[in-house]
Amino acid sequence: MITVKNLSKSFNNIQVLRNFSVTFERGKTNLIIGESGSGKTVLLKCIVGLFEPDEGEVFFDEIKYNNLNSRAKREIRKQIGMLFQGGALFDSLTVEENVLFPLEMFTEMNLEEKKEQINFCLRRVNIQNANHLYPSELSGGMQKRVAIARAIALNPRYLFCDEPNSGLDPKSTIVIDNLIKEITEEYNITTIVNTHDMNSVMEIGQKVVFIFEGSKEWEGSNKDILDTDNKNLNEFVFATNLTKKLKEKTT
Amino acid sequence: MQFFYNIGKYFIFLGKVFAKPENFKVYYRQIIKEIENLGINSIAIVAIISVFIGAVITIQTAINITNPLFPKYVISLTVRDSILLEFSSSVVALILAGKIGSNIASEIGTMRITEQIDALEIFGVNSASYLVLPKIIATMLFNPFLTVMSILVGISGGYIAGIASGKLTSQEYLYGIQYSFVPFYVIYGIIKTVVFAFIITSVSAYNGYYVSGGSLEVGKASTKAVVYSSVTILFFNVLLTFLLLT
Repeated sequence: MITVKNLSKSFNNIQVLRNFSVTFERGKTNLIIGESGSGKTVLLKCIVGLFEPDEGEVFFDEIKYNNLNSRAKREIRKQIGMLFQGGALFDSLTVEENVLFPLEMFTEMNLEEKKEQINFCLRRVNIQNANHLYPSELSGGMQKRVAIARAIALNPRYLFCDEPNSGLDPKSTIVIDNLIKEITEEYNITTIVNTHDMNSVMEIGQKVVFIFEGSKEWEGSNKDILDTDNKNLNEFVFATNLTKKLKEKTT
Repeated sequence: MQFFYNIGKYFIFLGKVFAKPENFKVYYRQIIKEIENLGINSIAIVAIISVFIGAVITIQTAINITNPLFPKYVISLTVRDSILLEFSSSVVALILAGKIGSNIASEIGTMRITEQIDALEIFGVNSASYLVLPKIIATMLFNPFLTVMSILVGISGGYIAGIASGKLTSQEYLYGIQYSFVPFYVIYGIIKTVVFAFIITSVSAYNGYYVSGGSLEVGKASTKAVVYSSVTILFFNVLLTFLLLT
């Protein structure tokens, strides 16, 4: 479980997050939705400690993360897996070496055990015969899947995904979404996904938090979202003609 | 004010770079990799430039010594001391600042803007140390070999040019490069090389590490890396010369 209390962050006197409080539950896919520039990525980066919040607290289970020194923070980070918007695979390493990286850095596994874990993770994300390819030789969807494989290599307790479907076609989007949901349930981890993709919300949004201009505007499940009377959320969810027509049909 | 801000930030950055590594085995492998990337891959350019500079110094000195009272071996003596004292350490360092400095800044800068550095931090890795320390150690270990090689190749280039142009005989050249030789000049050159290697790597890495924005900023960081490391090299060249030779 991850708890955020009264988090605020500004850049050059521009307030990006305002007094944000929320609890993300374990074993569920928690989605943060909102328009581009609403503060989703900043929130995620404040939670994992890549940005220092101006005010507020972040708790990883019972541990107050903000107060820890950099060494103790690093220990928590070893339990975090993160999927970045662009994948953030290491360019100079092959697929296999990317997944090997955290194992090499933080485990005492022997070569055989490491190989086994790499192959397990790559199989888990349905990547085959690509062990020796470089990230530049992979499609966007494959890069995201390899990034997931790398993120789960150390069996994390927390998984963060920053717009995992950006730049992907609808089919690949469904593959990535399902993968994130399956992994969350399988490992019983706390997963937080940043997205503005409504398909993802409907597919995997067990808990959905809507962020608007840096503040928490609404929270609920994907089932509640269609019936909400929140004006800003409605404008966001039913922004396209397709979703508008779907709503007209259902009502 | 910005100058002092950057100096302070640079030293904080160095503090992060020299923090205790998470895994020595991984760092050791990185050092070997960087020796190949930054050191072995620079052998050809250093050799080519050294041989031509050695040749040019020989010809220019021969042309400029018109007084018949000067013995011919003064030409090779000049070549030796120019190469030992200045060319193989300082000029080669400036060339390497252009070659490996821009390489380091753009590599680390690209990693920054594509969130690869964030990914390292999320893994709990000290990204500054992991990315920069192996490069610093690799260049500080390998660049002295480049300097020694540059000295040998430069003097050989001078020999070839001197003999081929008929400006002096083989005997005169060999006599000149041994005449009144000060072994400390080699040590002086190597000390400068080690200091310059540290400057090139750390200043360039600093410029790449704090890039924000996109590819345009990576390009700017790469240019800054070359300019700042070159200026710092020139400053320390004077300082070290003053400290070691006076």
